[in-house]
Amino acid sequence: MTFMKTCLGAMAALAMGAVGAVAEPALIFDLGGKFDKSFNEAAFNGAKRWGDETGESYREIELQSEAQREQALRRFADGGSNPIVMTGFAFASAVENVAPDFPDTKFVIIDMVVDQPNVRSVVFAEHQGSYLVGKMAAMASESGTVGFIGGMDIPLIRKFACGFVQGVKSVTPDATVIQNMTGTTPAAWNDPVKGAELTRAQVSQGADVVYHAAGGTGVGVLQAAADEGILGIGVDSNQNYLHPGSVLTSMLKRVDVAVYNAFAAGPDVETGIHVLDLSNDGVGVAVDEHNQALVSDEMMAAVEDAKAKIISGDVAVHDYMSNNECPVK
Amino acid sequence: MDRMPRWADIVLVPLINLVLAFFVSGLVVLSIGENPVEAMQIMLRGSVGSATAWGYTLFHATNFIFTGLAVAVAFHARMFNIGGEGQALVGGLGAALVALSVPWPHWALALPATILGAALFGAAWAAIPAWLQARRGSHIVITTIMFNFIAAALLVYLLVNVIKVPGSMAPETARFPEGAHLPSAHDMLGWIGIPYSKSPPVNISFLLAILASVGVWALIWRTRLGFAIRAFGHSEPAAVYAGISPTRIIMAAMLISGGLAGLMAVNTVVGEGERLVIDHVQGAGFVGIAVALMGRSHPFGVFLAAVLFGMLYQGGVELQFEMPAVSREMILVIQALVILFTGALDNMVRIPMENLFLGLRRRRKGKA
Repeated sequence: MTFMKTCLGAMAALAMGAVGAVAEPALIFDLGGKFDKSFNEAAFNGAKRWGDETGESYREIELQSEAQREQALRRFADGGSNPIVMTGFAFASAVENVAPDFPDTKFVIIDMVVDQPNVRSVVFAEHQGSYLVGKMAAMASESGTVGFIGGMDIPLIRKFACGFVQGVKSVTPDATVIQNMTGTTPAAWNDPVKGAELTRAQVSQGADVVYHAAGGTGVGVLQAAADEGILGIGVDSNQNYLHPGSVLTSMLKRVDVAVYNAFAAGPDVETGIHVLDLSNDGVGVAVDEHNQALVSDEMMAAVEDAKAKIISGDVAVHDYMSNNECPVK
Repeated sequence: MDRMPRWADIVLVPLINLVLAFFVSGLVVLSIGENPVEAMQIMLRGSVGSATAWGYTLFHATNFIFTGLAVAVAFHARMFNIGGEGQALVGGLGAALVALSVPWPHWALALPATILGAALFGAAWAAIPAWLQARRGSHIVITTIMFNFIAAALLVYLLVNVIKVPGSMAPETARFPEGAHLPSAHDMLGWIGIPYSKSPPVNISFLLAILASVGVWALIWRTRLGFAIRAFGHSEPAAVYAGISPTRIIMAAMLISGGLAGLMAVNTVVGEGERLVIDHVQGAGFVGIAVALMGRSHPFGVFLAAVLFGMLYQGGVELQFEMPAVSREMILVIQALVILFTGALDNMVRIPMENLFLGLRRRRKGKA
């Protein structure tokens, strides 16, 4: 028994000692996958930029399934990674469980608020960015009908939808906005085929601009929009380049900035709630050489005007998640 | 027997299958420009190289023991239960409902209750295909596999619409009450004074899995029901002639099988997750088929095969951590190759080996 004890103890000590020499930051991608051209890829770009600039390394993993979240968190925490950044609200209950066991490790969760002393919660004002692209969609639309395709049907995605509708209606009050959600489970983040089908259905109902907030599913949305000859609007990352001339713009959600800042701050990353919105360029619209021809000066002026008014507080965009209701449909 | 010696049957054939699987996996790793030897070392170190690694390996193994036993029991009655996945999913529902319905004061009460919940729900899910097979002649392979999809859809529906925490975005139940937390290896080893990491999810369910293995052995080889199951499996007409009711045997074997598959949820839902999430089974139901085939439907063989697959799974996760070039899809390919070679392509090695041994014996006989 004593021998066993010593052996096991030594092995445990060895296992603990072998790692944990350096505090590399770590990044965990959600089920959408690292190269979803959207949310997770934005996170990856932030990490990559940090790596390129500092020349230091970081660790990363793509989750395979829902049940792996806690293992991934514990694995990195055990390995001495600090801080550990995770992309997506779905990590909330896992990090709530893991964070107290590793009081010296900092965790950064994006898109969700977790109330733990060693967790930084980064949330975005997606309704503001969606409002801006809503304005652009309404101005670009000729039929007066635009579409929205969400990934998983959750309050966060309804927040995108609600901001978008408000933006559309601020330009064309009687416009129709067709809204669809891809699904109700995390698999909805990575279903481009269904995304394309929903887009075609919306086109057949008259939509000529379609905005997606669907992670990897959005690849199918933009593809179908390009195939059908209408305009798509990208999300999270700048997706204008995917189909030049067919993507009106992209609602940028600077997940890359959130990841970069967390990595740059290192183990001393400040905890608590951090909001990224229009005022600190946490959200915005993308204009580059791929969509310049689609964006008129008039559109740009309207966007700049609305942006200034939102920052100054003259225009208030309703946040769906504040009361789980949307004033416009 | 006129085929090959026992040791070749239970050791040599699986071993050759495994070597083949790893060889092909090595080619896959090589094709993406990584060193297969290094990958192998990472997998081994990550799955059995430390006490913590063992903790993860045995956690996965626990799942595979339950689902492997489930397939094995049904297989003794020549029922091919492909529905372990669905039965385990529904078992998880049973365990979660039990765990959430009562503010459990202590795990010693919660454990038997959740075991009962998981087993009953799993068995109930197997009961319908079993009855359809026994009474209607609907083929069990088809019905059980269809019931996997129904179970997945049912669980998604319930988690999204009924038992989700109101206001939460993730489709999962509330965390189980404190009193329903099963002791982990950290706790159990702590009782006898051995320090152990808190991280590995292996818990008391592993001991339950060992008990279940012994129980299945006793059932199949030491009870009247087990004898009837085996007799029925070997020859239905002979069993009927001996007065064994086919309906009774099919139902009994499938209910036990479903119950065992459901028990897996005690490990994943009650022991590890402490809440019900979508897809807590993670394919263990299907791995159980390969485990049972590799273990020759014997509980001890199932146990060994389950530990092996546990190593494979934990090693795969570790490989993903250590070799970022190996993507999650690649891990799936490697795991699938092992299952393919040990499960589906079993006869590819077995038949030539049988012929080889048969030839050897003939030659020996010819000389004598």
